[in-house]
Amino acid sequence: MLDLIWLIPALPLAGFLVLVVAGRRLGEPLAGWLATAMVAASFVVTVGVFLALLGEPEEERAATVELFTWLPAGSLEVSFGFLADPLSITMALFVTGIGALIHLYSIGYMHGDANFSKFFVYLNLFVFSMLCLVLGDNLLMTFLGWEGVGTCSYLLISFWFGNEANASAGKKAFVTNRIGDFGFMLAMFVAFGALGTLQYVTEDGGGVLQRAGELAPVTATAIAGLLFVGAIGKSAQFPLYVWLPDAMAGPTPVSALIHAATMVTSGIYLLTRVNPIIGESFDWLPTTIAWVGAGTALFAATIAVAQHDIKKVLAYSTVSQLGYMFLAVGVGAYVPAVFHMVTHAFFKALLFLGSGSVIHGMHEEQDMRRMGGLRALMPITAVTFIVGWLAISGIPPFAGFWSKDEILLYAFAENPALWVIGLVTAVLTAYYMSRQVFLVFFGRPRFAIAEGGAAADDHGASPTAAITAGAETEAAGAGSTTGHAPAHRPIHVHESPWLMTLPLVVLAGLALVGGAMQLPFNSDVHFLGDWLHPVIGLAENEAEIHVATATKVVLAIVAGVAGLAGIAVAARVYLQRRARAVEPALLEQAWRYDAAISAFVAGPGRSGFEGAAAFDGRIVDGAVDGTATVVRVVADRLRLAQSGYVRSYALGVAVGAVVLVGLFLSRASL
Amino acid sequence: MEVTTSWYLVLGALLFTIGAVGLLVRRNPLVMFMCVELMLNAVNLTFVSFARALDDVAGQVIVFFVLVVAATEVVVGLGIIVAIMRRTPGATADDVASLRG
Repeated sequence: MLDLIWLIPALPLAGFLVLVVAGRRLGEPLAGWLATAMVAASFVVTVGVFLALLGEPEEERAATVELFTWLPAGSLEVSFGFLADPLSITMALFVTGIGALIHLYSIGYMHGDANFSKFFVYLNLFVFSMLCLVLGDNLLMTFLGWEGVGTCSYLLISFWFGNEANASAGKKAFVTNRIGDFGFMLAMFVAFGALGTLQYVTEDGGGVLQRAGELAPVTATAIAGLLFVGAIGKSAQFPLYVWLPDAMAGPTPVSALIHAATMVTSGIYLLTRVNPIIGESFDWLPTTIAWVGAGTALFAATIAVAQHDIKKVLAYSTVSQLGYMFLAVGVGAYVPAVFHMVTHAFFKALLFLGSGSVIHGMHEEQDMRRMGGLRALMPITAVTFIVGWLAISGIPPFAGFWSKDEILLYAFAENPALWVIGLVTAVLTAYYMSRQVFLVFFGRPRFAIAEGGAAADDHGASPTAAITAGAETEAAGAGSTTGHAPAHRPIHVHESPWLMTLPLVVLAGLALVGGAMQLPFNSDVHFLGDWLHPVIGLAENEAEIHVATATKVVLAIVAGVAGLAGIAVAARVYLQRRARAVEPALLEQAWRYDAAISAFVAGPGRSGFEGAAAFDGRIVDGAVDGTATVVRVVADRLRLAQSGYVRSYALGVAVGAVVLVGLFLSRASL
Repeated sequence: MEVTTSWYLVLGALLFTIGAVGLLVRRNPLVMFMCVELMLNAVNLTFVSFARALDDVAGQVIVFFVLVVAATEVVVGLGIIVAIMRRTPGATADDVASLRG
């Protein structure tokens, strides 16, 4: 079974190739079913490999399948091979599993789209790239996948490229990611320069990770630091997070698959993969990672509090949760990082798909101020969304509680200040997610319902009375076209088809019980930790924590209470309307960080670029043009010598011959 | 008065000078061509004289080479001259100066 690892990425690749050739002919919904089947088959193979690995003794849980030598170039030899070990298979399991669910969902979501089959072409290519990233047995294979998912992300963000905003959001993601990729490439150069190989592990112990101990601290810090720069870009951490909120321009399944569950977690995967190198670095590097993570978590959570777009809230929430994972990596808590990555993949994919179901049911409405009361109209979506909400808010026994609690525990052991930031973020997370749930699913509808006859008014109780004012006058009933703003057209809200609700239900189940992977009660139930031990324990970098059991219990209770507190405050503000909503414009505009970047690039940045352009035009081009001018002027003089008369050439030859003979004679006589 | 090698050498030098001067001063392509032949044969005469005087057959061998080269040169050269004359009857060498800088 272990020899079949190559099948895992090969199946989505086959799906991609078939769809490229025959996608249009297969059409809807056959193209979607084919793509889904390929990813599902890949999931089945992954499960098989997982079980096979589980059957091996712990030390032998790693298998490499080398298909061919990819780059034989002097001393650089890179194989095209796949590595199955606990970490990569954990990643592959949820990439293919959640990927298959989201493919299934997309068949329903993309129904009727003109480019239905093209969507699945990109989606299958993405899954292939992502699997190359996690299964690659060397840094360059990971980089191949890294670039592949970046390309697919770009293609899918600007999938509806007819709209200028979508196209530029794709470009923004691409350009921002280039900055991080540059760090990744430099890290590979340094690693190759220092160790002469890019393989992660080899049988004779010559892999980068096995020989991390040979690295000088400076070199290790350089490699790990540069990879961290790459991770910042891909996993949307401060200061390179700006592309992720804009990436919501893509279709919602893309947001769920790429910008929540899988691609954005590849930075965490990478850092976890190279944990032996981080272990050899100077201490300030992990500390920096932890602080960047904690800072991003808090920063993005504050922004999410004031967003109105249902997907923007989730986007900033993703940035914030990724910050948690970086915090975990920084304090050496690799298992909790992976744990949170998996549980986050469950509940954030669920929330995104749920929001997609809402958007679908509301006929492309994304503004939460024009929603409300959807609980009764979309029962399945509402129930599953509420499960996701409780999971991300850290309410026991949902999955998010266990993973978040574990990260907070390690943060507490490392530095209480980090723990405080994490806890404040947890409160904010519970608050903004509750705000979203209450605005969307509870209260009264702030839009006109086409059927059902319920009066659609809210009597100014909304924090944004201006929007609801129009709804009061709107007559409810089908066919009421009285010249109101399009936003107040009666909407026939409907529950989504089973293709879309089935993945929601499965993911809700996972978000409910996902925490059972790693329970804190005693060391016998650390399933994920034991499973990942061969990878994380390679250099024994997993932080040891010495915290009394009583403290652990208190911390867990505090974390649970923090979540409940956030929900309580949100309920008071958005459900009972007893307090005014605090949604400062500064937060709505994301601390004006985007605006600041735009201002910088448009102001000093533009002057800088123009200066560079002027330097290029005057100095560089001037030197080239000057050389040409000198040659031309000299040649203009010299060409006069060419008269074109045979006699003058003959005279030249004659005079030359005489001079030569004279020269020889005078030489001979000397 | 005995005819020595010097006589032949002086004759060769004279013929060469006549050819060279003719090449420089005349404009008629055909005459210029004949001047070139004159120069070649002046050199041939010199070679033969030295071969005889120094009793070395190599000089005579070179004369054969010169004759062969001269024959091929005549073929190419006359071909070009005929082509020019067809295009512009009565052309002189100075009329063919399109490669002027």
